[in-house]
Amino acid sequence: MDGTSDKKKMVVGWFSFTCSEDSTILFTELLNDHLDEWKKLVEFRHVKALKTKNVLEGIDVAFIEGAISSDKQAEEVKKIRENSKYVVAIGSCACTGMPSASRNAFTPADITERINLYMQNFDYSPKVRKLDDVVKVDDMVPGCPMNAQTFIEILGKYLKVFNLA
Amino acid sequence: MHSGEITIENITKVEGTAGLKVVIENDSVKDLKFILKDFRRFYTQAVKGKPIIAAPSFLSRICGTCSVAHLFASLKAIEMSQGIEVSEQTKILKRLAYDALMIRDHALHLYFFVLPDILGVDSILDISDDASDPGHILLHDSFDIKRMGTDISTAIIGAAIHAPIPTVGGFLKNPDPSKFPDLVSRLEGIRPQVLRGIKTFAEWKDTLVRNTDYLYLRNDKQFDFLEGDIVNSNGKRLGSDKFLEFMEEVVIPYSQSEGYKFSDTHEDYLVGSLARINFNKDLLNPRTKADVESYLSLFPSQNIQHNNLAQAIEILECVDDAIDILKTVKINADEKPVRKPLRAGVGIGVVEAPRGILYHKAKVNDKGIIEDYDVIVPTAQNQINIENDLKKYFNENLDKEEEELHHRAEMIIRAYDPCVSCSTNFLKIDWIRK
Repeated sequence: MDGTSDKKKMVVGWFSFTCSEDSTILFTELLNDHLDEWKKLVEFRHVKALKTKNVLEGIDVAFIEGAISSDKQAEEVKKIRENSKYVVAIGSCACTGMPSASRNAFTPADITERINLYMQNFDYSPKVRKLDDVVKVDDMVPGCPMNAQTFIEILGKYLKVFNLA
Repeated sequence: MHSGEITIENITKVEGTAGLKVVIENDSVKDLKFILKDFRRFYTQAVKGKPIIAAPSFLSRICGTCSVAHLFASLKAIEMSQGIEVSEQTKILKRLAYDALMIRDHALHLYFFVLPDILGVDSILDISDDASDPGHILLHDSFDIKRMGTDISTAIIGAAIHAPIPTVGGFLKNPDPSKFPDLVSRLEGIRPQVLRGIKTFAEWKDTLVRNTDYLYLRNDKQFDFLEGDIVNSNGKRLGSDKFLEFMEEVVIPYSQSEGYKFSDTHEDYLVGSLARINFNKDLLNPRTKADVESYLSLFPSQNIQHNNLAQAIEILECVDDAIDILKTVKINADEKPVRKPLRAGVGIGVVEAPRGILYHKAKVNDKGIIEDYDVIVPTAQNQINIENDLKKYFNENLDKEEEELHHRAEMIIRAYDPCVSCSTNFLKIDWIRK
């Protein structure tokens, strides 16, 4: 159950990769003022921060926060792309890579034994990538955290695309 | 379940990405792994070479939800390294901004992540639209409470997330006191809603009791998140500069974050609201104490689900403290940040983040450049405690259906309010392999 009626809704997913999840926090703040209104227009089908029963199918708009640190993350984000009509990059790490991509500028001397251990022990890619290095991105909401007004405008744009506004 | 494996790929309704793997053999837990999955961003390496003026803002990006905690811990560490003593005005405004952080951050956890468990629904998205429904009322309470925290943050430090106004030595801009009466009025307005939340979390009877050690900051003068000595359950008291001497770092090979033990006492320990209310409840604001007296008798508690109630009580504490500050503070609009000539030095900043003790240590050279930096975050400290709680739960409940085991395990993890994004930073002391 999600929302108040059987009317058609825009199906949304919200996904986070490598970042501070500050835009997710800002998104939860926007719900203070907009949840009642958005529930009538939007089905939140995949939002790990808010629900346990998530489904990665038939997403109209996927909002993706964070940079891509590993090949496994890249595969996950490609799967999201395959299951979504539109993809919106959310926040600085998704749009530019930074600051999560700071390690891309490390010199060999910066890669200490300890950093190396983590990079070898887990599936770290040689470089951290911004979202459009991995998948096609249709729109961006820049900012650290994302610019709230831009997010609302882009959400409104897609509600129009799906004839809901 | 007699034998087999239980895997939760992604713990939901927490900040960041974590998983759980449990191996059961002959009716007991053979192995249990709580796995912090967020990829490291290597902040403590990346900050090296940056000027001190830029470091706190950069390091606030470690975390979205408790960025103000990282900002203030970093400012403390850098100010100490430079011998800077901030003004009384700066101290009281930071205290007010921190009240706002706790109000917003605790409310997010309690109402958006935990409340669905109490109501028996998956998500806040499933709560009734009927305005008379108790869940609907509580959810809409949370909107007002969170908005209050955000609006105080914006008025005092410029934003709730990655606040731009606090800087080394003070504030870049002083707040406009003409806004304070309205904030006081709104804080008074949310008090009944906060009390309704406290009652809700107090009446929730979910329980997991286990003996552990607790670490918390204590300032004998007042309930304080920003100043005090580190104290444990036995009353051992440490200055913040002695913290590392009592820490054992534990490398957990399957996790992206280290764990920690407090070497003087038990095997594991807990940080966070439960530790603070267990041992600092005598210091609560008199108004808070009067209104939650009946619930305070539940503390000290070893029930991890009482971390939720402790957070709810801390929201009221922060509301009442913020009211007191906003009614009494006098703002000197001309005050500027304290500046001193750059010098080489080492500084330590310890604060109580929403989830527990947060430690920053900065080593600065005589040009004011960061040479070395360490961070210890609460969720990394709670990691071993979480695993031990889960082992106890599974060993006592293997007769239950797997779906219930999944759900209850997530609820136990959620009670800690883990912040996985935070828990990916370095400390350079000797490793002890688990």
